[in-house]
Amino acid sequence: MNRILYKHQLSQDVFLMRLYAPMIAEERLAGQFIILQTDDNYGERIPLTIADADISEGSITIIFQVVGKTTKHLATFDVGDELPALVGPLGKPTHIENFGRAVCVCGGIGVAPMHPIAQALKKAGNHVTIITGARTKDLIILEKEMSMIADEYIACTDDGSYGRKSLVTGPLKELCESEAKPDIVIAIGPPVMMKFCSETTRPYNVFTQVSLNTIMVDGTGMCGGCRVNVGKEVKFVCVDGPEFDGHLVDFDNMISRLSAYKEIERTHYKCFVEKTFNNAAKAVTL
Amino acid sequence: MSYRTADELHQEAQCLLDEYLPKVAFLKVKERQKIPSQDMPVQHPEVRSHNMEEVALGYSFEQARVEAFRCLQCAKKNCIEGCPVKIDIPRFIDHIAKGEIEQAIAVVKETTLLPAVCGRVCPQERQCQMHCTLGKSLKDVDSSVAIGRLERFVADWERINNKIVIPTVKPATGKKVAVVGSGPAGLVVAADCRREGHHVTIFEAFHKMGGVLRYGIPEFRLPNDIIDKEIETLAAMGVEIKTNFVVGRTRKLTDLIDKDGYDAVFIGTGAGLPIFMGIEGENLNGVFSANEYLTRINLMKAFDKNADTPLYPSKRVVVLGGGNVAMDASRMAKRLGAEKVFVVYRRGENEMPARKEEVLHAKEEGVTFLYLRNAKRILGDEKGCVKGIECLEYELGEPDASGRRSPVVVAGSEFLLEADTIIVAVGNGSNPLISQTTPQLNVSKRGNIVVDETQKTSMDKVFAGGDIVLGAATVILAMGEGRKSAASINAMLLNNP
Ligand SMILES: Cc1cc2nc3c(=O)[nH]c(=O)nc-3n(C[C@H](O)[C@H](O)[C@H](O)COP(=O)(O)OP(=O)(O)OC[C@H]3O[C@@H](n4cnc5c(N)ncnc54)[C@H](O)[C@@H]3O)c2cc1C
Ligand SMILES: Cc1cc2nc3c(=O)[nH]c(=O)nc-3n(C[C@H](O)[C@H](O)[C@H](O)COP(=O)(O)OP(=O)(O)OC[C@H]3O[C@@H](n4cnc5c(N)ncnc54)[C@H](O)[C@@H]3O)c2cc1C
Ligand code: SF4
Ligand code: SF4
Ligand code: FES
Repeated sequence: MNRILYKHQLSQDVFLMRLYAPMIAEERLAGQFIILQTDDNYGERIPLTIADADISEGSITIIFQVVGKTTKHLATFDVGDELPALVGPLGKPTHIENFGRAVCVCGGIGVAPMHPIAQALKKAGNHVTIITGARTKDLIILEKEMSMIADEYIACTDDGSYGRKSLVTGPLKELCESEAKPDIVIAIGPPVMMKFCSETTRPYNVFTQVSLNTIMVDGTGMCGGCRVNVGKEVKFVCVDGPEFDGHLVDFDNMISRLSAYKEIERTHYKCFVEKTFNNAAKAVTL
Repeated sequence: MSYRTADELHQEAQCLLDEYLPKVAFLKVKERQKIPSQDMPVQHPEVRSHNMEEVALGYSFEQARVEAFRCLQCAKKNCIEGCPVKIDIPRFIDHIAKGEIEQAIAVVKETTLLPAVCGRVCPQERQCQMHCTLGKSLKDVDSSVAIGRLERFVADWERINNKIVIPTVKPATGKKVAVVGSGPAGLVVAADCRREGHHVTIFEAFHKMGGVLRYGIPEFRLPNDIIDKEIETLAAMGVEIKTNFVVGRTRKLTDLIDKDGYDAVFIGTGAGLPIFMGIEGENLNGVFSANEYLTRINLMKAFDKNADTPLYPSKRVVVLGGGNVAMDASRMAKRLGAEKVFVVYRRGENEMPARKEEVLHAKEEGVTFLYLRNAKRILGDEKGCVKGIECLEYELGEPDASGRRSPVVVAGSEFLLEADTIIVAVGNGSNPLISQTTPQLNVSKRGNIVVDETQKTSMDKVFAGGDIVLGAATVILAMGEGRKSAASINAMLLNNP
């Protein structure tokens, strides 16, 4: 179970893997995620969106960015290796219907979770505009897949090395002001980016859905670690979400909660890299 | 009371055993009442508040026998009335008195599957031991026969001496039973249904088995080895175990029946929904549900330096609540190096629902109790981290309909407690995952699954028990419901060949 069928490096820190998980492949819907562990004794449980699934192969696709110890460890797994723990699909599926004009705004790795949603929106008959943003050209991923789905594809880079030199909020604002005002905006990416997308659409009253990536432990609604303020209510991202109305989300609180373990995570990461990779490097030079 | 080592207690018991053994058969009630009750040997508070090992060390054989001598072997067995699963208490204790431990454990196992667990975590002073004639005659529930400790003794004896017998399994019936959740309720159903020859699969959402026994109750109160052993026994009986499987998500409950061919389903998903207080500042960094706090430590091993799951660095901890969960969280915080730990509880000490022993142990370990106080709001610093909690004082008002005197706020009594960590342990609701994804299932307003007297739900072939039915209750009640459910499932499967 949980065997890695395929692995591919999409950019410097981003990897795509197909995992054998027939049950999850069959049940999953756009917007749902899995939780995995790279060690089921001492490992952390990390959530990753299901970027795609292939029922005939019995596989799901995950796309992840190396940001800390677990993702770094995951990147060392190879085709044929098995993951010790994988559970899903978790979270509520995205509500898909024909809204009319749908704008999908993806920031960085947010392209991965957006892929199945954009696919489903297209299939439901929407006019789909995809805006992707990356720091620089080399970090753009899934361009071919996304531009195939999109009726309109707008790439932006912070440094102007590819597409428009702009933040994603640039084209988003223009769309909101244009004749082709979106009926729905879906934004997925770093919390700050989702916050500013929501602020951009607020004056135009365009419904904006965001997909929150809070810290999680169980992913089944048991711990409350993933809680966020949405309007006047407290919601658990893993069971009530991950998608919420961006105009209601308290992003500042969420961003602050995401940083709760920053120092400790950094130390874990450093220890792991030193232990795993320096030793490996030594072994090679010897 | 001064601290006495296990060795001292054992020596003393040895002397008592030598004294009483020749005459035990002829002892009058008055003489039995004079046999001193046997204290549980424990790790020294100074030592144990810095380690994760079990606090209570368990009786020695001699201690167990002396304690067993105290039992009056009453004609009217009040103690049994107090035990939710009706263990034949005098009979198993009589075997201990005679030194026949193997027979004693056999008696216990006629009715309970997890004696090593119940002996440790049952609120005995409110169950079996509350009804004990000896305690009543001595006018002190603490002087009752230590039934729980004796139960633990025989169960540990069996495990340590490798005497656990794998229960015999009847020939295969070809029927399939799905058990959802691996807490005490689910474990019991699995064993009881498997014994009848049905194929049994346990589906557990987590990567480890045991439910609250694993992720909630800490190692220092219930070592993981004990749970592991139970799971091993189930596996040896041929129970199929599927971890990392969330029923309702990985597979719909109805699909287990319609597509996967299960003939019966038992839902034992527990009360896994943390309740927060709804006060200002509850989403600050440093505020945790007890579930999250304990899960990070017990299940994810965050106390271990090899573990990846991080732990919040806590120096001053305030735990809100007064149940077992609050005791576990506060004692855990101490063990993880907090300098100061407060338990803030809204009623008085006598109203605290926690087991008496846990409260005592917490005090010995240096936890400070603030009774008749409650949180008003949590204060944060500019980085969004907890820096303190504002509390209010309460006083006990007139008794309400239930006879309990409910606490009333003292106006203007606000005071501030400095803290970097707040752990909310004010209760658990029922986890809605299954009911949300199974609309046919009848649930109460509070989200508990509604069952009839046979534990059957509103759905055909689907039974439920434990905390998901009772609301947050106890291990032994969950087990009892498991027993009943398994009997109903077995009867149903027998009648539908
Ligand atoms: C519903 C959901 C879907 C997600 N989908 C994807 C995905 O498809 N691809 C992807 O690359 N990432 C995704 N993430 C984020 C991913 O879970 C985190 O990057 C991962 O947990 C980091 O683990 P780590 O041990 O490598 O890093 P850590 O050392 O644990 O963390 C490094 C930094 O990442 C942040 N972080 C820590 N834990 C989490 C967490 N559970 N979630 C979010 N951020 C965290 C912290 O701010 C921390 O400082 C998703 C998160 C959620 C909640
Ligand atoms: C910290 C703490 C301390 C306690 N101390 C005591 C004590 O001292 N004495 C006492 O008697 N009681 C105590 N209790 C209460 C006792 O643990 C519970 O009453 C008992 O465990 C309930 O058993 P259960 O089988 O109903 O469910 P649980 O033990 O809650 O187990 C339910 C299991 O189902 C799994 N699950 C949930 N949903 C799904 C799903 N959809 N699919 C698959 N699996 C699922 C969960 O992951 C969990 O493993 C304590 C509880 C806590 C939290
Ligand atoms: S199971 Fe609990 S209530 Fe029953 S005898 Fe044992 S300790 Fe007492
Ligand atoms: S009530 Fe107490 S003394 Fe009487 S049989 Fe039961 S345990 Fe023994
Ligand atoms: S991750 Fe624990 S409740 Fe959401």
